[in-house]
Amino acid sequence: MKTNHFERFAISPSVMIHASDVRKSYGSLEVLKGVNISVPNGSVACIIGPSGSGKSTFLRCINHLEEINSGLLLVDGDFVGYRLKDDKLHELRASQICARRAEIGMVFQHFNLFPHMTVLENLIEAPIKVRGEHRAEARLHALELLRRVGLAEKATAFPRQLSGGQQQRVAIARALAMRPKVLLFDEPTSALDPELVGEVLSVMKDLARDGMTMVVVTHEIGFAREVADQLIFMDGGTVMEQGDPREMIANPQSPRTREFLAKVL
Amino acid sequence: MNVLPLKDDSVAAKRAQFTVVPLRHPWRWAAAAIVAILLLLLLQAVVSNPNLQWPVVASYILNPIILRGLWVTVGLTLVIMFFASVIGMIVALMMLSPSKMLSLPAAGFIWWFRGTPALVQLILWYNLSLIFKDITLWLPGLGTVFSVPTNTVMTPLVAAVVALSLHEAGYMAEIIRNGLKSVNRGQTEAALCLGMKPSLLLRRIVIPQAMRVIIPPTGNETINLLKTTSLVSIIAVGDLLYSAQAIYARTFETIPLLLVATFWYLVVVSIMTVGQGYLERHYSRDEAGHDPAPGGFSRLGSILMMREKWRGAQ
Repeated sequence: MKTNHFERFAISPSVMIHASDVRKSYGSLEVLKGVNISVPNGSVACIIGPSGSGKSTFLRCINHLEEINSGLLLVDGDFVGYRLKDDKLHELRASQICARRAEIGMVFQHFNLFPHMTVLENLIEAPIKVRGEHRAEARLHALELLRRVGLAEKATAFPRQLSGGQQQRVAIARALAMRPKVLLFDEPTSALDPELVGEVLSVMKDLARDGMTMVVVTHEIGFAREVADQLIFMDGGTVMEQGDPREMIANPQSPRTREFLAKVL
Repeated sequence: MNVLPLKDDSVAAKRAQFTVVPLRHPWRWAAAAIVAILLLLLLQAVVSNPNLQWPVVASYILNPIILRGLWVTVGLTLVIMFFASVIGMIVALMMLSPSKMLSLPAAGFIWWFRGTPALVQLILWYNLSLIFKDITLWLPGLGTVFSVPTNTVMTPLVAAVVALSLHEAGYMAEIIRNGLKSVNRGQTEAALCLGMKPSLLLRRIVIPQAMRVIIPPTGNETINLLKTTSLVSIIAVGDLLYSAQAIYARTFETIPLLLVATFWYLVVVSIMTVGQGYLERHYSRDEAGHDPAPGGFSRLGSILMMREKWRGAQ
């Protein structure tokens, strides 16, 4: 049962991710202090900010790896971890959340490929077991995705036999194998050797060009300037500034943004 | 003065003219000689001592009573290990649960069954009828559904299986919990993000990786358990040791029959060790070719070597 609450919350149906006043605490420490973000369908949002600014936590809230304490967080017009009924949010069972998560791909800083499976097995495991695809169909799709990330010849390799950049490209292909509506990237190039960053970014650029909706937490300002439709600067659990990446990088409004950009550029 | 030329290939050419004189290890040779002499003396004592009665040992090796006992020992080990693994898995999952009502009883289970000697538990379970006279199923509204005297249920064999399964489950729970915890949290998150349910995630992602950590200590536990089953001879279960005892109680050929039992225990343990090696290799197939364990003749050959082979390119 697919429901959406675009009308109820007066959100445009073209919005893929809607966050308003999202708050999240660990005990007495509030890490998200009312985050407002809107990511339209087919657009790329890059989130930058110093470590501890809450950008990764926010990303993990989107697919309910972390629960939020208050606020509204919708993906494609629906809650990920809850069902709205009679003005109450009912927590979903793990299996129900999984069905919603299957539509939200995620790529991690440390790749998190399954080391006991070959590259191909990494790609087809979830499509077969979660989406119920036939093995042959899943295999065909996986090989096509591997070709797209330039790793067709690595299908039978194990993750540990690949370089960091190759592993991350496989991780992206694995996320794509689920045919997600949106892809979340949690610092996808931070664990890579400098000379391997480029190959991963170029795959991400291709995805953006093909119209994939993406939210990217990153330190790659150059990538953000070139690819992002909106740049979001987070600091201390709030969005300090957001807007067009070129304008914001050239002419930051908030002093914190200016300070941060001066350090990383 | 002769200065080394700068060009690389000519350096290599010069290097190739030298013969490398290996370092001698005279003390290593001396120690090895002493050990060899001691081994020979031991062998001579074992072969020539008439009290060991080797012909009697040989005559009992394939004795039907001994073989039946061997079968009971192996069967007990497998059945107990099966139950211990299942119970251990449940207890390990309870330990990892966020609910204290699950994790604390599980911790209590481990504390109790690991903290008491196997022999004590064995005798306790065997004497269960002294605590509970009858085993009764009573349901509200229906009354007593059935009731049996404890003594008819708690035969020596059942007591042995129950006592040792629970005892072993305490150890297995800790081994499995360690294995599950050894799998990186990122693996679980990646699987969740692909929409995998907790049960699927456990079965396909976590357990296969945990197995690598679980198998080696489980192999040791199985080998230990095989030997621990000899305790059941106390409550008259006809295992390998009990069978040997039953014969020598009659014939007074105590030492030869204990040697027969020893022989079979060693045979089974050796087979288990080989099997464990295969299992370990199966669960680390992504590392195939990186850490080849020497087996068979190459292992024998390496015993006779005085130094490690110089591996890699020269």
